[in-house]
Amino acid sequence: MTRNPYIYILCMAAVSYLIRVLPLTLIRKEIKNRFLRSFLYYVPYVTLAVMTFPAIISATGSVWSGWLGFIAALLLGWMGKGLLPVACTACAVVFLSELILL
Amino acid sequence: MNKRALLAKGARDGIPIALGYFAVSFSLGIAARNAGLTAFQAMLASLLNNASAGEHAAFTLIGAGAGYLEVALITLIANARYLLMSCALSQKLDSSTPLLPRMIIGFDVTDEIFGVSIAQPGKLNPWYTYGVMLLALPGWALGTYFGVLLGNILPVRLVSALSVALYGMFIAVFMPPARQNKIIAALVVISMATSWLFATVELFHFMSEGIRIIVLTVLISAAAALLFPIKEEVQE
Repeated sequence: MTRNPYIYILCMAAVSYLIRVLPLTLIRKEIKNRFLRSFLYYVPYVTLAVMTFPAIISATGSVWSGWLGFIAALLLGWMGKGLLPVACTACAVVFLSELILL
Repeated sequence: MNKRALLAKGARDGIPIALGYFAVSFSLGIAARNAGLTAFQAMLASLLNNASAGEHAAFTLIGAGAGYLEVALITLIANARYLLMSCALSQKLDSSTPLLPRMIIGFDVTDEIFGVSIAQPGKLNPWYTYGVMLLALPGWALGTYFGVLLGNILPVRLVSALSVALYGMFIAVFMPPARQNKIIAALVVISMATSWLFATVELFHFMSEGIRIIVLTVLISAAAALLFPIKEEVQE
């Protein structure tokens, strides 16, 4: 690496911060447009679901432990459990199933 | 709720985030070491960026000796979805929220912190998000630091198990509303199915994972907004 690593880090940090802070600071008012409001209302659910599947299946040591963790999280989430119990149960299911499977 | 209670609530939700972050950024540290960064430099990059895919892509380019502009550009592309999330988050804040809290929250808009913040009832009080950041920021930065130092010492099984923590949290965010609202439930199913399609069919592989997430989010949310515009009281 011949270039300065700190300038690399500065470039990354500046871009990362600007794309996050500009909408938050420039959009100060409540958006009135019904389409935009509906769009932004649906964005979180769609983007989280898109990021979760199929990525969760390939995140673990085996596809099967990934599936089991996924199903466990879906069931607990459906039951309305909080973030911590759902996340920890998914981890435990993956860990235990890999002890048996691998 | 007062500031202290909100901070504590955020910090509690920050525990699984910090744990998951530690595991994910640990592997990111290995990528940083391969790119020739020291543990301190990698930690600094993580502390200032808070983005897994963006950092991974940037480290890869740094390792290949790319130019500064190229590194900035790949960061922009890999992180573009945060622009969308910040737009959505701007509507979750009370319009009277001052500039400083907006600038602090903007520092750490990640998939996870966005997810838990948007899941708060009513308008978002910045103190909740501060509480989450209090654990998430060190979890992410320290994970990267130890990833560079310790490489592959952490047992593979442990890393494997911890890496689903973040997905578990996403699921905990979208499942309760999906149970209440049939449209959201249908959107979740459609989102997962198309995401699987994009990841599996080679035709779509010209798009990076970050771009695929943006394309699907925009298309599906826009279609839903056209077909099922929200009633005014839903937002509050």
